[in-house]
Amino acid sequence: MVSSLSLLSAVLKPVAEGEGGFEAPTINEFYPEVVAFAGTPFELNRIMLIRLLVTALLILVFWLWSNRFRKSTETGQFVPGRFQMFGEMALNFVRKSIAHEQLGEKDGDRFLPLLTTIFFIVLGMNITGIIPGLNIAGTSVIGLPLILALAAYVTFIYAGVKKHGLGFFKNALFPAGVPPAFYVLVTPIEFLSTFILRPVTLALRLMMNMIAGHLLLVLCFTATQYFFFNSEGIFKAFGVGTFTFGFVFTLFEMLVAFLQAYVFTLLTTVYIQLSLADEH
Amino acid sequence: MTPVIHEIMRTSAAANPLVPATADLVWSAVVFAILLVFFWFKVLPNFKKNIDARTEAIEGRLALAEKAQAEAAAKTANIEADQAAARQERAEIINAARAEAAQVSAEITEAAKLNAERMIENAKKQIDADTQAAVIALRAEVGSLALELASSVVQNNLKEDKSASAIVDGFLADLEKEGK
Repeated sequence: MVSSLSLLSAVLKPVAEGEGGFEAPTINEFYPEVVAFAGTPFELNRIMLIRLLVTALLILVFWLWSNRFRKSTETGQFVPGRFQMFGEMALNFVRKSIAHEQLGEKDGDRFLPLLTTIFFIVLGMNITGIIPGLNIAGTSVIGLPLILALAAYVTFIYAGVKKHGLGFFKNALFPAGVPPAFYVLVTPIEFLSTFILRPVTLALRLMMNMIAGHLLLVLCFTATQYFFFNSEGIFKAFGVGTFTFGFVFTLFEMLVAFLQAYVFTLLTTVYIQLSLADEH
Repeated sequence: MTPVIHEIMRTSAAANPLVPATADLVWSAVVFAILLVFFWFKVLPNFKKNIDARTEAIEGRLALAEKAQAEAAAKTANIEADQAAARQERAEIINAARAEAAQVSAEITEAAKLNAERMIENAKKQIDADTQAAVIALRAEVGSLALELASSVVQNNLKEDKSASAIVDGFLADLEKEGK
């Protein structure tokens, strides 16, 4: 896949340079023009609006589900309908498959609000990358992944300190069973991996996946457009190839959207679990 | 995948995607905070309450079902006990009836036997009496016949022989004796 894509870019470049009509997508894709509150800390651009839209939709859907749950509790009608069942499935995916699986029921429920929020924010914001009309993921700009990684970071340190006090840092930086002389080597590595790389990789993995996905889709579809309408003869046929790529990648992005949400939430859970564990 | 991205990054102007803009951070934080509060205090409590209540309801209903089952089992046991008792009673009644029937039959047989014996005895007595009567009647008849015969013999021979008269007398005396 990598080689066929470099081939694609190799094909595109001479064509682009020769005709001067093809514009490859740039990183500026992720900095659309400001539409409101320019110059204030509340500047709104397309991506920020998409985030607000997703937030509103998440609140709407989960509000309906939440009301359904409450009604079911109050009336004692415990046989769930299809709509309620779907809500339970979604919430139970985080609750059972992620939280309870890693942390057990008690700690799992303790950290469930954060985990649920992270999962559905990431999923909701990722999926906009392939929704026609929106076409860009809310998580493709560093701010949101960073805030979520920060929340995960604060939470796993809180979990460790709450349980082990300052012993948490001692456990994390000076793992038991290592000869003292090796701490010279081990402690900086542990510090780097636990307190720096964890949040950084959480944020970057998510953002880079979304950026790459978006750029690939834009590349495929702008190329298709170019081949179909601006090129001559045999080059028109390339359009079929680039369109197929674009279509397949759209499906792939659906998977990635879910997978990144799952990975982000699962890693957060694992970090909390490691903080709670008695020995590292 | 990466070569394309590298190429795009390299040729892009300015913007560093790793440096967050203020507005980006602000809106991200707002969105996260709103949704965290929403899930924490609205969705998850309702969800958990619903699940717990359902679990409780299911457990309660299971307990009820168990109780109902136990009751039904007890009822069945009662019915079976009643049936056994009824069966035993029936057997007893039948046995008693049989015994009674046997007794009654024995009594009837006994009575019939007695009756028969009595009848036989009566018949015997009757026969004896009849025999006696017949003997008496016969004897009287024989006597008179003999007397008649004797009278005619005597009338013929009385004149001839005195001793003949004595024989007749003797015979009559014997007859007399026998009759007694």
